[in-house]
Amino acid sequence: MSSLNYETVARFAQQGGTVYFGVMFLAAFVYALWPKHREAFQDLARLPLEDDEDDHVGA
Amino acid sequence: MWKQHGKLERHSLLLVLGILVVVAIGGLVEITPLFFLESTIEKVDGMRPYTPLEQAGRDIYVREGCYLCHSQMIRPLRDEVERYGHYSLAAESMYDHPFQWGSKRTGPDLARVGGKYSDAWHVAHLTDPRSVVPESVMPPYAFLAKKELDESDIQLKLAALTRVGVPYTKADIANAKADLEAQADATASGTGLHQRYGAKVIQRDYDGNPDKITEMDALIAYLQMLGGLVDFRTYKAESPENMR
Amino acid sequence: MTADTQQQASPANAVVLQILMGVLALGALLATAFSPDPLFRLQGWIFLGAFVVACGVLTIGIANGQFQNDQGKYEDGVVRAGVIATLFWAAVGMLVGVVIASQLAWPRIFYFPDFGWLNFGRLRPLHTSGVVFAFGGNALLCTSFYVVQRTCRARLAGGLAPWFVFWGYQLFIALAAIGYLAGITEGREYAEPEWIADIWLTVVWVAYLLVFLGTIWKRKEPHIYVANWFYLAMIVTVAMLHIVNNISLPISFLNHKSYSAFAGVQDALTQWWYGHNAVGFFLTAGFLAIMYYFVPKRAERPVYSYRLSIVHFWSLIFIYIWAGPHHLHYTALPQWTQTLGMTFSVMLWMPSWGGMINGLMTLSGAWDKLRTDPVIRMMTVAIAFYGMSTFEGPLMSIRTVNALSHYTDWTIGHVHSGALGWVGFISFGAIYCLVPWLWKKERMYSNTLIEWHFWIATIGILLYIAAMWVSGIMEGLMWREYTPQGFLAYSFVETVAAKHIENVIRVIGGLMYLSGTLIMVVNVWKTIAMPSSVRQVESSGPAAALSAQA
Repeated sequence: MSSLNYETVARFAQQGGTVYFGVMFLAAFVYALWPKHREAFQDLARLPLEDDEDDHVGA
Repeated sequence: MWKQHGKLERHSLLLVLGILVVVAIGGLVEITPLFFLESTIEKVDGMRPYTPLEQAGRDIYVREGCYLCHSQMIRPLRDEVERYGHYSLAAESMYDHPFQWGSKRTGPDLARVGGKYSDAWHVAHLTDPRSVVPESVMPPYAFLAKKELDESDIQLKLAALTRVGVPYTKADIANAKADLEAQADATASGTGLHQRYGAKVIQRDYDGNPDKITEMDALIAYLQMLGGLVDFRTYKAESPENMR
Repeated sequence: MTADTQQQASPANAVVLQILMGVLALGALLATAFSPDPLFRLQGWIFLGAFVVACGVLTIGIANGQFQNDQGKYEDGVVRAGVIATLFWAAVGMLVGVVIASQLAWPRIFYFPDFGWLNFGRLRPLHTSGVVFAFGGNALLCTSFYVVQRTCRARLAGGLAPWFVFWGYQLFIALAAIGYLAGITEGREYAEPEWIADIWLTVVWVAYLLVFLGTIWKRKEPHIYVANWFYLAMIVTVAMLHIVNNISLPISFLNHKSYSAFAGVQDALTQWWYGHNAVGFFLTAGFLAIMYYFVPKRAERPVYSYRLSIVHFWSLIFIYIWAGPHHLHYTALPQWTQTLGMTFSVMLWMPSWGGMINGLMTLSGAWDKLRTDPVIRMMTVAIAFYGMSTFEGPLMSIRTVNALSHYTDWTIGHVHSGALGWVGFISFGAIYCLVPWLWKKERMYSNTLIEWHFWIATIGILLYIAAMWVSGIMEGLMWREYTPQGFLAYSFVETVAAKHIENVIRVIGGLMYLSGTLIMVVNVWKTIAMPSSVRQVESSGPAAALSAQA
């Protein structure tokens, strides 16, 4: 357990965590802004407006 | 990567997987090192498992929700150390299942309340808090003095605690009931209680009623030992292994 | 419980459920009979009663050929039940809150030495669990069942399974609530229920996940709407948190008591990793799902930026999970963990406000509705409180600020601006939308009563959090105040006495919020009693299908 000391763990968690977050954030960002998805997202944004309050399953 | 994301949106299982990965890694990186890093818990002298009576008292402390208003965690801030005593060490709660650090001080911190007040004060205070502290907002616990302590499951309790890592010996478990009764009886001698738990264990009739062992006995036994185990004469706060 | 068994399965799965209930009733009977522990027997009786009633209802229903499962219709019965349960538990949870606030304001009046089970320490978990898990949980349950059906265009999966989830969850609440009063607790904040209730909740929660996923698998839409992402993240993560945090060892399998598998510092971090993410995933992600469906729906405007909602989702769930250690600043927790928690807590401000902007801007082009529609106003104020408390949270997670705020009433105020302002108002807004839809009315019984609810509750929240800011910061400063001679200026009890006025104001604020809820209960009651709107009168037989086509 000697290799697992305070500094190693702190550095791994802090720096690794930040880098990991940066990568994840970038991935989500690129996905959200990808031009091909524009149309699908525009449809999805309107999805709640199109459904029926009725209890008959809509098309 | 984005193609993966396209699938993610359409395929719910991948979405679930994505969520799980994202939420699991953070917890793993933060929590697991605490179990392996040796510096997480300081090396100290004096820590021992709770005696059966103290553990029974602790269970009452938990049952009554004392932790909702009283913390057991003194922070290393000047006013706290002067008000409550030496800041709390991780080692001091190493046998606490569950931990009772608390998150709110509607009442004062109790990490080192042991020995600060007399047993009689505790009895009076628990019975009717406003009789000794007029401004107190604490609930009354008079019923603890009337209720006889249920000793029937004390062995089961020690055995379960052993299985989650508290170093009770076979003898500790076998003698749990005898030790419990001996600690609440000022006159009992030669019972082995002090051999098993150390010479500093306080043995007396806590609630002032020698006829029976009540929940009040157990709770006060627990309160009176809080914070007094670690020997701070041998603890070097400034040494590198304790700086974290 | 898969989608393809649905078409003809309902009677079959009713029988399976009936048998299961029978077996469980027998198990509960045996466990109760053989346990020497009175508190375990209490739990046993609750289980036994619930299973026997369930078995009886199922038997009668099956005998009468009920529980048919019409795939052409949404399962709205369980949503209606959920709405009623939400309001019931809201009233109970908030009432207990007012009681314990009164105990702190007037201890000589509101404590009863002969009734130890009414002490603050036993009622406080009843209040927190009552509001968070009973009120909030039922709000999540019923809105998620509504939203997932509408946005997937599919009936809830699993036949009677949604009803099992609903009643199973109520059983969990009953076990927890009665247990708290009787003194059954694990002593872990917001996770007080003991092991047997925890196991039962795990079963119910897995069933919930399967119903939710099963419905998504049946969907007729190509995509999964973002509100369902948030619900799913809530369900999955809460399952993980609940299981890990509650790992404990019963002292005997016929005894109510268990001991946590972790001790001390590890136990503390596990608990606050759970505690903080219960806020993050139960009280935030779940209610953001409500926002992403009901705000666009009510405002009749599309989501302001669907792209932003995606970035919001991933960054929120990513960052939240790391933030727990800020509950343990300056404690015996190693400092690297504290720093990590603080860093991510401050970063959390970003996605939170991204979400707030997305919610508020959805109203753009419909701002006039803020004036005319009290329901829109309620949801908007909810989002504003979300923004406020997600700004306050990161602030309080900074170590030096936390040194002052921790252990004080400031934390209580922060929690309530989130719980009353955000969780409460967004749920009430969603229910005001749902009730006319579910009971086929044209509108709520009275708009004026909604206005009254809104204003009384809003003023109540403001009184509450202002009082807690004052008392929290005051006591924090008094604790660290020194005299010129270098002594502590105040004894602890002086700081208790100093808070009396704020404690009284808190009671008044809480009472006002509770009154608003009771007004809502009356309004909903009256709405349900109104005659149904003619357009949507329900009829059985082929006519219904025809009218659905039209």
